[in-house]
Amino acid sequence: MTIVERLPETKSGIGAVSVVAVAAWVGAYSLNERMWDWLLYDRIGLDADTRVASALHFFLYDTTKIALLLTGIIFVVGVLRTFITIERTRALLGGKREGVGNVMAAGLGVATPFCSCSAVPAFIGFVGAGVPIGVTLSFLIASPLVNEIAVGLLWTAFGWNIALMYIAAGLTIAIVAGWVLGRMGVERWVEPFVLRPRTTPQNLLATANAAAGIGSRLTPQLRVRIGLQEVREILGKVWPYLLVGVALGGIIHGWVPSDFFAAHAGPDNPFGVLVAVAIGVPLYSNAAGALPLVEALADKGVPMGTLLAFMMSVVALSLPEMILLKRVLKLPLLGAYTAVVSVGIIAVGYLFNAILA
Amino acid sequence: MIIKVLGSGCANCVRLEANVKEALAASGIVDATVEKVTDYADIAAYGIMSTPGLVVDDRVLVSGRVPDAAEVAQLIASAR
Repeated sequence: MTIVERLPETKSGIGAVSVVAVAAWVGAYSLNERMWDWLLYDRIGLDADTRVASALHFFLYDTTKIALLLTGIIFVVGVLRTFITIERTRALLGGKREGVGNVMAAGLGVATPFCSCSAVPAFIGFVGAGVPIGVTLSFLIASPLVNEIAVGLLWTAFGWNIALMYIAAGLTIAIVAGWVLGRMGVERWVEPFVLRPRTTPQNLLATANAAAGIGSRLTPQLRVRIGLQEVREILGKVWPYLLVGVALGGIIHGWVPSDFFAAHAGPDNPFGVLVAVAIGVPLYSNAAGALPLVEALADKGVPMGTLLAFMMSVVALSLPEMILLKRVLKLPLLGAYTAVVSVGIIAVGYLFNAILA
Repeated sequence: MIIKVLGSGCANCVRLEANVKEALAASGIVDATVEKVTDYADIAAYGIMSTPGLVVDDRVLVSGRVPDAAEVAQLIASAR
């Protein structure tokens, strides 16, 4: 039996379990550092002043911290998102014009539950229901770019003002990039079967509304269960990236001299943002893997705009999603998509470096 | 009864199909056929936009998540 199957069936049972779980989470989070102090230094007897011991401590502490944060964030957002379905989002976007449509699509892209593995059915579903391609692209850009994990981790690491700047910048990129791509007349670069759906837009909207009804029938217990499944699934996917990210962060933290980054990626290097994006785009990782790096680099004096641009380029553009989208988008459009989003991220990086300097 | 699992062959679709078979075996249903729908255009025709999807006798019951065998059994029972 898994934890998910052991959940009590009644509302009060769920409530009791939730209280215990929240208490356990708060306890673990607040005792995290002291627990590793005690284990490594007091019990095992390592010398806290040696580089290896403090690096090991950092690795264990930081991995535990981020894993706890991920669990909390994914669960809360997972439960909240059971109230929204992508089919309902489509019904909201149907018939919206470009401009207003791009703004709405970017906002809904953040709120709607969406996994990049569904990028193709989502694209077909939106375009088939008459949502303009540029508006659809705003949704597809915003969804991974302004994701709850990136925002939540940035908030705990750097405070709410950095997190809010990230959200504003991500939404702006999604709105502008979708609008620009829509203006380019990209219909010719979309696979023809998408534009000739087998059902009429009205039919699609009818089925969509029926499907949207699925969301409102869920019981509280099922919502909690979906949240837990979400945690298990995402943690199961991101843990290798998290471990690598924390290990690299630890190495930068302990071994790389500060003037190395100050010289190569510091505020005085005009190419810092370009380099960060050039590294971030092909790097296949996720927010959980990128944050420990970003934290360590911030510590070494790399400016915030450069780091946010790096974070965005890691999460926004990924090769596996591109390969999936190749089924519906022809290469010129995929190229334009990557180029427009990259330019947006670079612009944001320089802008924030200028504002925050 | 015709049960369709909609999805392009991702890990979640495979898990849902396994859960459906488990649910059918557990509820002793033998007169059901399980079909996989993998073509994107066919999936889109059901109006769902996130996979996997579970369709029983042409009614969409679940989209975008993997219900476990017990929940699938309940859903099938209520759809009969």
